[in-house]
Amino acid sequence: MTPLALYTAAGVGLFAAGLWGVVTRAHLFWKVLGINIMGGGIFLILLAAPPRLDPLHADPVPQAMVLTGIVVAVAATAVALGMALRVAARTGRPFLDEDVPNRSAGEDDPGSGRE
Amino acid sequence: MTPVLDWEFLPLLVVLSSFVPGVWIMFLREEQEALRSSLNLIGAVAKVVLVGLMLRGVGAGAVYEWRLQVLPGLELSLIGDALALLFVTLSAVLWLVTTVYAIGYLKDSPNRTRFFSFFSLCVTATTGLAMAGDLFTFVIFYEALTWATYPLVVHRGTPEAIQAGRLYLIYTLTAGAALVLGAVWFQVEAGTVAFAPGGVLEMAAVEEAPVRFFSLFLVLLAGVAVKASFFPVHGWLPIAMVAPAPVSALLHAVAVVKAGAFGVVRLLHSLFGIEVAWEMGAAGLVAGLAAFTIIYGSIRALVQDDLKRLLAFSTVSQLSYIALGVAFLTPMAQTGGLVHLVHQGIMKITLFFCAGVLSETLQVKKVSQMAGVARRMPLTMLAFTVAALGMIGIPPIAGFLSKWYLGVGALDAGAVWVIPVLLASSLLNAAYFLPVIRTAYFDDPDPEGWDDKGRSRWFEADWRLVVPTVVTALLALASGLFGGIPWSPLGWAELIVDRSIL
Amino acid sequence: MILDPIHWAALGVMGPLLAGLVAMEGRPRAIRLGLLAGIGSSVAATAGLWVAVSLDGPLRHPLGGWGIPLGIELYADGLSVLMLAMTALVGTAVSLYSTAYFGDISQRSVRDSPAGRGARFFAPLWLFLWGSLNGIYLSGDIFNLYVLLEIMGLSAAAMVTLAVTSQATVAGMRYLVISLVGSMFFLLGVALLYIVGGSLSMERLATLDLAGPLPAIALGLMTLGMAAKTALFPIHGWLPPAHAAAPAPGSAILSALVVKGSFYIIVRLWVHVFGGGAREGLLVLGILGGIAVIWGSIMALRQLSLKRLIAYSTVAQLGYLFIMFPLLFPAGGGWSPDAWSGGLYHALSHAVAKAAMFLAAGSMTYAVARDDIRAISGVAHRLPMTFFAFGLGGLSLAGIPPSGGFVAKWLLLRSAVEQGGWGWAVLITVGGLLTLAYVLMVLRYAVDQTEEPEAFREVPRRMEWAAMSLALIALLLGVRAAEPLSLLEAGGIVPWR
Repeated sequence: MTPLALYTAAGVGLFAAGLWGVVTRAHLFWKVLGINIMGGGIFLILLAAPPRLDPLHADPVPQAMVLTGIVVAVAATAVALGMALRVAARTGRPFLDEDVPNRSAGEDDPGSGRE
Repeated sequence: MTPVLDWEFLPLLVVLSSFVPGVWIMFLREEQEALRSSLNLIGAVAKVVLVGLMLRGVGAGAVYEWRLQVLPGLELSLIGDALALLFVTLSAVLWLVTTVYAIGYLKDSPNRTRFFSFFSLCVTATTGLAMAGDLFTFVIFYEALTWATYPLVVHRGTPEAIQAGRLYLIYTLTAGAALVLGAVWFQVEAGTVAFAPGGVLEMAAVEEAPVRFFSLFLVLLAGVAVKASFFPVHGWLPIAMVAPAPVSALLHAVAVVKAGAFGVVRLLHSLFGIEVAWEMGAAGLVAGLAAFTIIYGSIRALVQDDLKRLLAFSTVSQLSYIALGVAFLTPMAQTGGLVHLVHQGIMKITLFFCAGVLSETLQVKKVSQMAGVARRMPLTMLAFTVAALGMIGIPPIAGFLSKWYLGVGALDAGAVWVIPVLLASSLLNAAYFLPVIRTAYFDDPDPEGWDDKGRSRWFEADWRLVVPTVVTALLALASGLFGGIPWSPLGWAELIVDRSIL
Repeated sequence: MILDPIHWAALGVMGPLLAGLVAMEGRPRAIRLGLLAGIGSSVAATAGLWVAVSLDGPLRHPLGGWGIPLGIELYADGLSVLMLAMTALVGTAVSLYSTAYFGDISQRSVRDSPAGRGARFFAPLWLFLWGSLNGIYLSGDIFNLYVLLEIMGLSAAAMVTLAVTSQATVAGMRYLVISLVGSMFFLLGVALLYIVGGSLSMERLATLDLAGPLPAIALGLMTLGMAAKTALFPIHGWLPPAHAAAPAPGSAILSALVVKGSFYIIVRLWVHVFGGGAREGLLVLGILGGIAVIWGSIMALRQLSLKRLIAYSTVAQLGYLFIMFPLLFPAGGGWSPDAWSGGLYHALSHAVAKAAMFLAAGSMTYAVARDDIRAISGVAHRLPMTFFAFGLGGLSLAGIPPSGGFVAKWLLLRSAVEQGGWGWAVLITVGGLLTLAYVLMVLRYAVDQTEEPEAFREVPRRMEWAAMSLALIALLLGVRAAEPLSLLEAGGIVPWR
């Protein structure tokens, strides 16, 4: 097995493991982590992409994609963690509960709120 | 001869003459009564005038066409030709009369803004579909008609009315869906949806795939049969009687049911072509269904005590004369069918007006309460009698001419079985109308059972109720008496048949 | 300086994003300025590109010198412009509506309340969303699509949580997780396609005639990711709570526009890049769409919350969009222009009608502070124009003429009947009836005036008019369909190969 193929296989494995985490773990922190692991797997696959033009030099495009991807992932993770904290604060539990305490709809929806 | 007005957008103006007041009224406040009534009346008069202009033009041989492309191959087209004008004239005249009647009938009742707005839109849809130059346009106005009439059916807002409206929508919307499917299918099979005299299908193409074309016909027929209230899809009509009387009058004489009947005419004559339709058995099916519905409706009418329900079943029966007539190949039968479109409209609107006058003025809604009512309401009952005798087919009232032409035409076509149907139907009509007349004239009145709102200054009730009733009764009489002149409904129907067949 | 038409595209993407930064400042004047700049740049970009594409066909522009064969580029054809126009149209109405809906945030008390916080962030989020949507429609390469998808997903999920209820927070979080996972699937597909094809340009990839298992896997992964974001049955569960929980202008944007972004990517991939892909795949998309039509409508019928009902209706109506796929490529080979026009016209008219409905529903709940179908009986009486807008929008959805929905339905039906696809034809017809059923369930409360609302707040005229104008446009789309649809043909060859 060539190193590149190994990287690719590892990348697929990471993607699958991350997905598994997202699906099976109820805690929001694990879900966010799982998504990050999925992303890591993809980045690994991209870095292992076979050189396109010159066999001696790595293809710069996937590297650029990975760099961009990391930036996007950081932003997304920050937003997701922030929202997870908000969920925990408002419902008391860091989970995606189906039956959150059913406050009457639109109670403090800005549109329908009244002083 | 005076020059003919050649405005191609005249059909559009006819449609707009009720659409603009309809939309305008929607934004009025409830108490702006004078403006609302003026808008309604101006629109109604304008429509009659515009239709008059078009009548003169078409009588002289002109055809008015207005088109707007929606997509390549699909357009909104309004065509004012002889056949369209038969229906448009009927709607325009009866709308004017009914507007006066409705203003009187609904005085002081709530939600009149909504009522008169949709009332105008309802007529807009009717004139639109009358002048539709192709199936696409027809479908648009046919569906619009459903939506324009729904608020009228549920106008009173009672649980009963809402239930009736629900049923009405279930029937008509399902039919509408079938019509859309059929229209698209027709376009795929025939390559066009434009109406053409004599139909657009080639006999050879139909003979190649008879089952497919017959199915296509059935889908389209299902679309129009509901509004035409053919058995077994007539169920909505008697239940829709919860609506106020002007609505029943307009629905049953002009708008909805006539749209269905007119759809049958278009289907047989302008899409399939009557010869192709006979060849594939479709016209025979329509004739058979119509004949059955004629008898069935009359029998059901026999046992009704509620006056409006009686009239509703009578409508179910009478409407099928139109379909029966136009399903035959002979000019006489077609003339009879077409002219009944007008005759039935005038006579039935008179009957509903009478029912409305009785219920509004005396709270009389059942036949059993009508004992001696003619002494209190002589003009109304006279109008009722004229219209009812016309329905039975007594000369010289309009209904007689329809039946005569139908009978002779069917004999020409070799369909002897139609004669017993016509006879039986006339006997049944007599059997349910004559007892009503007898009760009204000869039984002793029982004013205790009435909740009399009193007479008006000149008439036995509000003049806005009585005058329209008398006018339409006179129209029914005149159409029969003067059937021989060219501008009578009969003369016009003969013109249509002449032009499209010869 | 001669203006290259492609600068319009840059304006369409950068304009709203920069406007969003301005609106971030948070003062009412900044918010108004941002929204105005967003509307201006989007409308101008759409108009400019509309003219340019109609005259010269598709436009391309390499970004940062990374042109073909790598293909980091802007690209605009008729489909792009149609989607841009849809976004600009609905976006303008929603922006105007939002300025009235969130109340007078120049007052400190309003601004500092929890609801006021939501009001402050609506405009910037919406403008970022707008820029990312425009970017998606103008992107010629699949990696840019990924980046823009993430901007879209993040701002869309945040928009749900602007309503500060716990339900909204959970719904928004679930939406975010689904959205991020969907993006990951898409990115994996991008990586595989790049490895196989050596390019990111969609046009370039289309010419490669990709065969073999790897491109198929890539297509499957990307479709799965996008289907999750488009709430295709059975991955639709997140949509109704999220769309219903957002503040009304947000609901309108999410239901009318955001789901169309990911739908557009599926269209590009299947039609343009893969030239129809495999028949089986198209069938699967169509069948899932069919189930969505039925299931979404039945669920809509069971709702008591007005906004949930409309949200389930979105699930159903998105199903229609997927019915387009098997019809596009008839079994005997070839290409059905009717399905193409019909499907995309449905996307357009659904956007307009659905936005009208959500905005109208927002006005009603604004008036009585209750999101309950039974509560609107009295409201309909007090707010006739809003109620009318709701009704017209609903009828357009159900394909009642004259409306954009009717023209779309006619075209889709014609495509189905032409191909002998009777199953599809019946499905489209029955779906229309089911739509009517739930629209009517709401409408019947209008005629029922037994209940007067116990509390009633005046609704600003601007809100009523915003909903009404959209409803009237939905109607108008049924009378003038030729112009928007000719754009689809003017935009070059469909499909690319």
